[in-house]
Amino acid sequence: MADGNVPPSARAQRGIRVIPRRIDVFRIFCWAASVATVGVLIWIGVTILQAALPAISKFGLGFLTNVAWNPVREQYGAGAFLYGTVVSSFIALIFALPLGLSVAIFLSENFLPSAVRQTVRFVVEMLAAIPSVVYGLWGIFVVIPLVQKFGPAISETLGFIPIFRGPVIGNSMFTASLVLALMVLPTITAISRNALVAVPNTLREGAYALGATRWEAIFGVILPSASPGIVAATILAFGRAMGETMAVAMLIGNSPRFTTALFQPAGTLAGLIANQFNEAEGLQVSSLMYAALLLMVITLFVNLAGELVLRRTQRMTLGVR
Amino acid sequence: MTSPNTPTQVSDKFFSGKKHKLAVLRSLGNRALTILCCLLALLTLVPLFSLVFLVIKNGLPLLTWEVFSGLPPAAGLKGGGFGNAIQGTFIMVSMALVLAIPLGVLSAIYVNEYEPYSRLSNTVRFVAKLLTGIPSIMAGLFAYGVVVLAFGSFSAFAGAVALGILILPTILLTAEQALLGVQTAYREASYGLGATKFQTIVRVVFPEALPAIMTGIMLAVARAAGETAPVLFTALFSQYWLKFENLDSLVNQPVASLSVLIYNFSTVPFEYQLQLAWTASLVLLILVTIANVLGQLVFSKKP
Repeated sequence: MADGNVPPSARAQRGIRVIPRRIDVFRIFCWAASVATVGVLIWIGVTILQAALPAISKFGLGFLTNVAWNPVREQYGAGAFLYGTVVSSFIALIFALPLGLSVAIFLSENFLPSAVRQTVRFVVEMLAAIPSVVYGLWGIFVVIPLVQKFGPAISETLGFIPIFRGPVIGNSMFTASLVLALMVLPTITAISRNALVAVPNTLREGAYALGATRWEAIFGVILPSASPGIVAATILAFGRAMGETMAVAMLIGNSPRFTTALFQPAGTLAGLIANQFNEAEGLQVSSLMYAALLLMVITLFVNLAGELVLRRTQRMTLGVR
Repeated sequence: MTSPNTPTQVSDKFFSGKKHKLAVLRSLGNRALTILCCLLALLTLVPLFSLVFLVIKNGLPLLTWEVFSGLPPAAGLKGGGFGNAIQGTFIMVSMALVLAIPLGVLSAIYVNEYEPYSRLSNTVRFVAKLLTGIPSIMAGLFAYGVVVLAFGSFSAFAGAVALGILILPTILLTAEQALLGVQTAYREASYGLGATKFQTIVRVVFPEALPAIMTGIMLAVARAAGETAPVLFTALFSQYWLKFENLDSLVNQPVASLSVLIYNFSTVPFEYQLQLAWTASLVLLILVTIANVLGQLVFSKKP
């Protein structure tokens, strides 16, 4: 490299063996693998788009708002499932965000000895490793009975608010959201914790020096500094919750009816596909693919937003240091 | 780090009366929030303990040799196990690894060793991030459209393709981090000794990064073993063992898996089938935990 401008004959005269420049075959392999990785995502999109085309041409954008899903009459609209996907994930976040954030604060502060924190961290990581279908099975035997037991009381006291009106059914939006909350908790905790740990110590020390208590420092300085990371964690968790399939399919009741009542069966896009795809034929397959395309576009969009926020956060914290 | 849990210790001397009350209030509020935070953190442990406890309690009674050697019982019948589901899960996860490891590791090498700043590399990193976010059911639909329709049958291969897509980003991103962790001095030393780029990557960088790459692979195994949605439409389920005669066996017959067995048996009204679902969950949890722990151990060996 360094003596690139010395003519080969001169190098030969100096007794340096001239090695002819060969094509790096390995590099080509690696390049091909990279192109294939990018290709996979495009291929997935194209395959699903192709399969969805008949339904797209038949229902158009009305598919998004139409709430009828009737295989007998060949009428398909994903409105109710779209609503169910967004609302179940949103409720899951309402439960998971305070819990996940407390765990993240707990892990980044020194309230309890390091051994305890390591244990909690390990346990939260375990939550992420448990297969979705096991959550579903646990939900059927633990969360559904709990909702059946305590749901009626909640429904009676808060029944004047439409979303809490009865009757209470075990397989419901509420049940699915509770389990979803548990499943996205590790995502929120891990990313928020990274954001909290990345806050420069000087900021905290500055707050203490001004006489702030620990929690005044947390609320006044540390959380605001880490807020972009926490926002990113929330967005990414939202994306995960919307794509979650098996546990939701086992718990939400998979009802195609549109309802705003939380204690009644509902459906999500992913659950709909899991539930109906194997028995579907013709236009129904195509409509399910359309629903899948919808889900893919939404989750890609949400994840994109999350990644961009995260990327900006990392750049910002680098700047502070 | 020390932190002032009681505020205004110094200022106590200077202020009195009202100010002091305020300090007590702030101190109490501080203490209360600390306790609240610890309680909430510990509260998150409750569901996990409940889950693990139930899986062990309900799964353990049936955990005998019969469960590993038997076939799933028909509706309402007793006896048997899910040996074929374990076999199917192992076959599909191994095939998924065979598909995803070369693709993921080679991409990671390109992205980190050859062209760290090129447009393609940035695209690959970005696509990998997006792939981690796509719902697992998409991989199943894709493999159905591409493999199942092409071969005309549900198959282990189709399941493996779906699982492979799911674990590809995990393997790629962890491999990239692993390569990134190798010190530049190693590469420079290797070049200094006259090694080519290929020799440097294969003999110096890759062995150094291998433990961390293995961690990523073990994480991928844990993820793939537990996934249900991708195999639901691709491998379907089977009541029988997969008889391996030739390569066609992998593309012309549906295959059982632990996760689909749990899904199928979780909603049936038969006591024995439900018990099998719990036992399958226990086996799956054990497999996933072993894979995770192995990954962590391999990783921690690295100095």
